[in-house]
Amino acid sequence: MTAPAIQLQGISKSFGSVHANRDIDLTVEKGTIHGIIGENGAGKSTLMSILYGFYQADRGTIAVDGTQVTIRDSDAAIGLGIGMVHQHFMLVEPFTVLENVMLGAEGGALLNKGRAEARQELQRLEKEYELNVDPDAIVGDLPVGLQQRVEILKALYRGAEILILDEPTGVLTPDEADHLFRILGQLRAQGKTVLLITHKLREIMAITDDVSVMRQGQMVATRHTADTSVEELAELMVGRRVLLQVDKGAATPGKVKLEVRNLEVVDDIGVRRVKDASFQVRAGEIVGIAGVSGNGQSELLEAIAGIGPIASGEVELFDISGEPTGWRPRHGLGHVPEDRHRMGLVTKFTARENTILGYQRDAEFGSGMFLDRKAVLEASKAQMERFDVRPPDPSLKAANFSGGNQQKIVLAREIEQDPDVLLIGQPTRGVDVGAIESIHRRLIELRDAGKAILLVSVELDEIRALSDRILVMFAGEIMGEVGPEASEREIGLLMSGVRAEDAA
Amino acid sequence: MNKDLPGWVDFGLLPLLNLLTAFLVAGIVVLAIGENPLEAVRHILYGAFGYGNGVGYTLFYTTNFIFTGLAVAVAFHASQFNIGGEGQAYLGGLGVGLACLMLDQYLPWWGILPVAILLGASFGAIWGAIPGILYAKRGAHVVITTIMFNFISFSLMNYIINEYLKMPGNASVQSRTFEQSAWMPKLTWLEGVMPGISTSPANLSFVIALIACVFVYILIWRTKFGYEVRVYGASPSAARYAGISTTRVVVLTMAISGGLAGLMGLNPVMGDQTRIFLDIPQQAGFVGIAVALMGRSHPLWIVFAALLFGTLYQGGAELAFEMPSITRDMVVVIQGLVILFAGAMEFMFRPWVARAFSMREQENG
Amino acid sequence: MGDFIPDLSTVVALTDGTLRGATPLLLACLAGLYSERSGVFDIGLEGKILIAAFAGATVGILTGSALIAVLAAIAASTLFALIHGVACITFRGNQIVSGVAINFLALGLAAVAGNAIFSMGGRTPQLPASARLNGGDSWFTPMLEGMGRYGQAVEDIAFDQSIFVYIAFAAVPFTWWVLYRTRFGMRLRAVGENPAAVDTAGISVTGLRYRAVICAGVLCGLSGATLSMALNSGYINNMGAGRGFIALAALIFAKWRPVQAMFACLLFAFLNASESRLQGTEVLGFEIPVQLVQAMPYLLVVILLAGFIGQARAPKAGGVPYVKER
Repeated sequence: MTAPAIQLQGISKSFGSVHANRDIDLTVEKGTIHGIIGENGAGKSTLMSILYGFYQADRGTIAVDGTQVTIRDSDAAIGLGIGMVHQHFMLVEPFTVLENVMLGAEGGALLNKGRAEARQELQRLEKEYELNVDPDAIVGDLPVGLQQRVEILKALYRGAEILILDEPTGVLTPDEADHLFRILGQLRAQGKTVLLITHKLREIMAITDDVSVMRQGQMVATRHTADTSVEELAELMVGRRVLLQVDKGAATPGKVKLEVRNLEVVDDIGVRRVKDASFQVRAGEIVGIAGVSGNGQSELLEAIAGIGPIASGEVELFDISGEPTGWRPRHGLGHVPEDRHRMGLVTKFTARENTILGYQRDAEFGSGMFLDRKAVLEASKAQMERFDVRPPDPSLKAANFSGGNQQKIVLAREIEQDPDVLLIGQPTRGVDVGAIESIHRRLIELRDAGKAILLVSVELDEIRALSDRILVMFAGEIMGEVGPEASEREIGLLMSGVRAEDAA
Repeated sequence: MNKDLPGWVDFGLLPLLNLLTAFLVAGIVVLAIGENPLEAVRHILYGAFGYGNGVGYTLFYTTNFIFTGLAVAVAFHASQFNIGGEGQAYLGGLGVGLACLMLDQYLPWWGILPVAILLGASFGAIWGAIPGILYAKRGAHVVITTIMFNFISFSLMNYIINEYLKMPGNASVQSRTFEQSAWMPKLTWLEGVMPGISTSPANLSFVIALIACVFVYILIWRTKFGYEVRVYGASPSAARYAGISTTRVVVLTMAISGGLAGLMGLNPVMGDQTRIFLDIPQQAGFVGIAVALMGRSHPLWIVFAALLFGTLYQGGAELAFEMPSITRDMVVVIQGLVILFAGAMEFMFRPWVARAFSMREQENG
Repeated sequence: MGDFIPDLSTVVALTDGTLRGATPLLLACLAGLYSERSGVFDIGLEGKILIAAFAGATVGILTGSALIAVLAAIAASTLFALIHGVACITFRGNQIVSGVAINFLALGLAAVAGNAIFSMGGRTPQLPASARLNGGDSWFTPMLEGMGRYGQAVEDIAFDQSIFVYIAFAAVPFTWWVLYRTRFGMRLRAVGENPAAVDTAGISVTGLRYRAVICAGVLCGLSGATLSMALNSGYINNMGAGRGFIALAALIFAKWRPVQAMFACLLFAFLNASESRLQGTEVLGFEIPVQLVQAMPYLLVVILLAGFIGQARAPKAGGVPYVKER
């Protein structure tokens, strides 16, 4: 029996007070494809960065091919035959494929000799692993799928025996992803070991031999892929938390308040992020959008909020009588953005100043060109009190509140504007348990007060606990609609791109 | 690295340490020349504050630096780096001068002043707004375009003065002198406290500079537009979320920044030389960078930072007189050191102070 | 039309003036190229030129040796380049602020130190002949002078120049070769585009950038020495006269490429050399103001940056201190 390619024991790493990795054990057998799955923030990337020498573990040991090693930097990792394909490619765009592959392994102070040798070696690798790319193409001109191939070639060129791929399909079309899987199969056939980090269940099932699940910095399970199922993995990934119980009566949906028709979002590199989305949200209901993160929910939410690009399609709001009111971002349309640090708050500003973010021009905060500081302060105080923000200090910097209280500041701001329609992204991300409960209660109250709420969350429990209807997104597409009573299995299948009719 | 430190450390202790380092190095330079640094400081302080005329000169320089410091600071709030204060002040001086040349036959100074302010500010504003537009619409960085605009302004002003303003038959490159009625009044009302101050070039522009500080404070911290500027400067993504237009913020901020630099023209043109002449700003546009950095882009601190540089400029003249081995350029050295230590190396002591703090916390905890 | 064909002596004078004027520009421009291609913006070229010009002149006067003087110029400029490096690379400070600081520090120190040493108000005395490097007769002189006025012209333009002229123009193909044919050059270009790619390839970003900044120091040293030891003989306060900024303009105009940088510097130097000749010239009924010619380099850069003549794409990582991800 050969030694495992990688054996980690008791790896721990914290950043300040955040435990990114806690006491992690992991064994990866040689010549296998080993998946590591977990939600965003579960600690997968940190673990791989430790393996690639970007970080040093606080505790624990690493053994490669049965020999205990310390990996001080990337150079050391490369020396041990570990190669990494980063989520954001580490490529020099104006360089040719050949130059990118050579970088850091040029074979001498002058390029001429090394270049010829590198070209030969590159051509050999391309043939051996069926990774065809024109060595003289400029990398920046290549489609992302080919750029990724260059990354793999880079690692192989440096003699990688163990290849780590960090969320490799995030930027790929399904076709490109399939091609990548064939390449990975080829690598395995040649005896290489592959570590595939992903949060997409389909990929795990499609390609891996073994799978380890991470949750909140811990390794919660390792399975042979053949012995597990999407449902089990989804459950392990999300965890059986104390079942979220939200007291709520049945919804009494009223008139349509928000309608989205054939919405398409194309990002700046030309990838279709949202495909032909159409749905309605009525007064007095919460419509949840479920899906593994990165499947177009964020883009959909930002497009409806009016701050993301819309390639085609329409968004329409309706007033009480059911007449279209036209669509103006943030007016009659509250928006709690998914990322409160980047968008929802200016963390350098005080809580008081954040009270008017987006409403700074409204008459209630001052007539003419001046801000009415007293009105802002009063509004801030009132909001803090009503939403139980702690500490209730309007002069404290937003950065100095806890995650839950920051989120309450954002929620308070958006809700106090009394919009008919509320867009809410990840309402409880990074929020402590107590605050989660109060935020959830608040959302139900709003629903019962006749608001139309569109909720995006990667927390399936949250979606199921709050929503009256659930839309499931996968790869930019709305796969189907289910009720909150739908089983986890049913939703899980939709989340991994399997329609009900296909499954049956 | 980004450990939170108490506000008084980030805004008090660290800038102070940086400033002290700059002066320490300056002191070493003085020592190397073979003079006594403390003696040098004494000469500087005496020259700047020891007698009325000196105080007047100090205030005169301070006035320039308040305007240009405010200009740089306003742009900083929108995370734009306006190095073009020099050119904007030059064009502003042209505007002020033109107002005087056009009206000095007809109006007294107080009648001309509003027009001079309007023209000076708008000439500077246009010179600042063009780089703003080029950034907002074309992505051309303000740093590079404002440097280029400085040089373009030198050639442009040279051309305008030579071709249109120069007196025929007069060799010196300058406009005619304004009628005396158009001269900005000196600070004669301070004569009682500071005898001799009215013999210096200090003039009413100093008061206008202080008013400009109040204006900037209100603009940045009390208006809706100022709020938008600060949001954009702190987080462009939050600005997008808040529906704030990049173009509007950048172009208007650069125009206001240029306008403030343009107002500097009042001081030398209407208050001192009483004519349009070559090189109106005399480096004040660049000193503004040091002033804004030291003043942490806040009008109140900018007044003090401007006063510090005013002191150095005036006291430096005294120093050069008393210690012939030290030239007035020592001021430029100190300026460079302040920008280096308070600006470029502002994080130098931070890790060290942070470590000291966490050690103390551990002991207490 | 006859007026448009200049006579031989004008051609010689213009060509000679252009080559001489282009030399300090080109050296500084290439200096900026090394630094900025590695991702460190350098608006402190002017300051480094000044301190080098001063150090060259001072040491030349004190030692009488041109060689030692040039080395001193290079050392002074490199020291300032390292200050920029410490501020921008080690302390991750703002590269623009640091550049501004370098410019003031050099301008002030040269004057203060000059006055302390020579007591001439910041100027230095004249360099002794032994410490000057302003060209002269070459092997070819007798032969060329025997070839009449055309021979004389060739002699004046090509063989009568200061050694700095030859160094500057040789530095162009050399820089091209370093940039595109050596490992160092490839890494340099890579680190200015994507330092993370360089870092993950196991190469030190800090080390590379320091080396680039030192290259800039050496070349600015030569540029400054050209000013005080060849074009002039001694240091005069603020003698750079904005050449560091024209070099920066040329660098942007050349889109950070060496051969194009040479042409940009030649163009700007030609404009400068022909300034006095152009004065009073009428084109289509308009008299060209000499100030327009002076402002031309800056105007061209603004027009370029506004996107009216192609696009100037700066090295992508320029101006941003490198911090490891996450």
